[in-house]
Amino acid sequence: MKSFALFKKDISSELRTRYAINALAMFIIVTLSIILFSIGNERISQSLTGGLFWVIIFFTSMSGLSRVFVSEEERGTSLTLQLIATPSTVFSGKLLFNLILVFAMNTVIAILYSALFEAFILRNFALFLVSFILGNIGLAFASTIIAAIISKAGAKGTLYPVLSFPILLPLILTSLQLTLFAMDGTSFETAKFELMIVVCYDVIILTVSYMLFDFIWKE
Amino acid sequence: MSEYSLTAELVNKTYGRRLIFSGINFKLNFSTIFGISGPNGSGKSTLVKIIANLISPSSGKLVHNLDGTEIKSEQLHNHIGLVSPYLVLYDEFTAYENLNYFSEIRGIPFNKRKIDNLLNKFLLFNRKDDLVKTYSSGMKQRLKFIFGLMHSPQLLILDEPTSNLDDEGKEVVYELVKEEGTKNIVVIASNEKTDLSLCNEIIDLNNYK
Repeated sequence: MKSFALFKKDISSELRTRYAINALAMFIIVTLSIILFSIGNERISQSLTGGLFWVIIFFTSMSGLSRVFVSEEERGTSLTLQLIATPSTVFSGKLLFNLILVFAMNTVIAILYSALFEAFILRNFALFLVSFILGNIGLAFASTIIAAIISKAGAKGTLYPVLSFPILLPLILTSLQLTLFAMDGTSFETAKFELMIVVCYDVIILTVSYMLFDFIWKE
Repeated sequence: MSEYSLTAELVNKTYGRRLIFSGINFKLNFSTIFGISGPNGSGKSTLVKIIANLISPSSGKLVHNLDGTEIKSEQLHNHIGLVSPYLVLYDEFTAYENLNYFSEIRGIPFNKRKIDNLLNKFLLFNRKDDLVKTYSSGMKQRLKFIFGLMHSPQLLILDEPTSNLDDEGKEVVYELVKEEGTKNIVVIASNEKTDLSLCNEIIDLNNYK
């Protein structure tokens, strides 16, 4: 309940300040436009289409998901949060906020992407949906703990993509493979190994995040 | 009445190689007003943060007891009220919204009567529905007092409590300190002689280098 109250506070704050939403919306529009202009009338291969889809998701995450902790640190309100909540409450509340943001952001990307790119045809939609959900959960988990780490550092802007790249690489590559499987029409049985990797990634990141957060949060 | 006590045992703090203070020992029981004095940079705010469990000492320890039982670190925030210049409330919310969210996040019911009383006491009731960003620094300081008191803490920590306050605001604070000092522990970190004159016991951080 306490985490949900923090989540409610963050949603309400976000709707008033538009700290992350504007950055994410602009990034999605600009990135999609640049890719469309650079491709022109060329036909791109299926694997490239799947790759570009996850590239957009990765970089959009870089532009907005760190705000969840960085905004508290920049405004000086993280101390206030330390005074009213336990570290696990703070982490759960922020994680919930990032989960909603990731799902909203990536759903918009997926809809726009399928509308704008002809080659993005999903032959096994159920597989895509499962991998999309698992990938988004992993993305939200990892980006929340990375945001907490970099919010305490000086060069926040540069540190986020640098730290995210090695941590998110296994997730992005496996999710990309699953998207390609979904585009090929591969069955769940064949994609089982990749699905297990993403599930394991999500579980490991979540466990490590809760174990680490106490040390990161308290100076 | 619950009996709260705070014990500091050989508390040291260093930042890198720089020693802030060392060997701080004290035991505070309820109904105490404790002062921390010292020039700028002597570590008053650092000691306040250690007492408030916001940062850890480099060595030594602080023990918070309630009715003879040590309070767990993760429960401490519900027993402590802090007012300080480096505490920031959410500018995009009104005073009422801020206090409401703080209650919810703490997991305590929003006591409207108590909050309204505090808003009245600190002369903010008529501005309770205004965004905090429209407040003057003195009004923000008064709102911080309400934030520090709304959950009825047994340990009230005041770092530079009268900064930004006008004479009327200072009077309210002095009355509050006297009142809280009869039933709880109040810690005041300040250089103001008037603030420190309220204390039963004072430590000067210059003596702990």
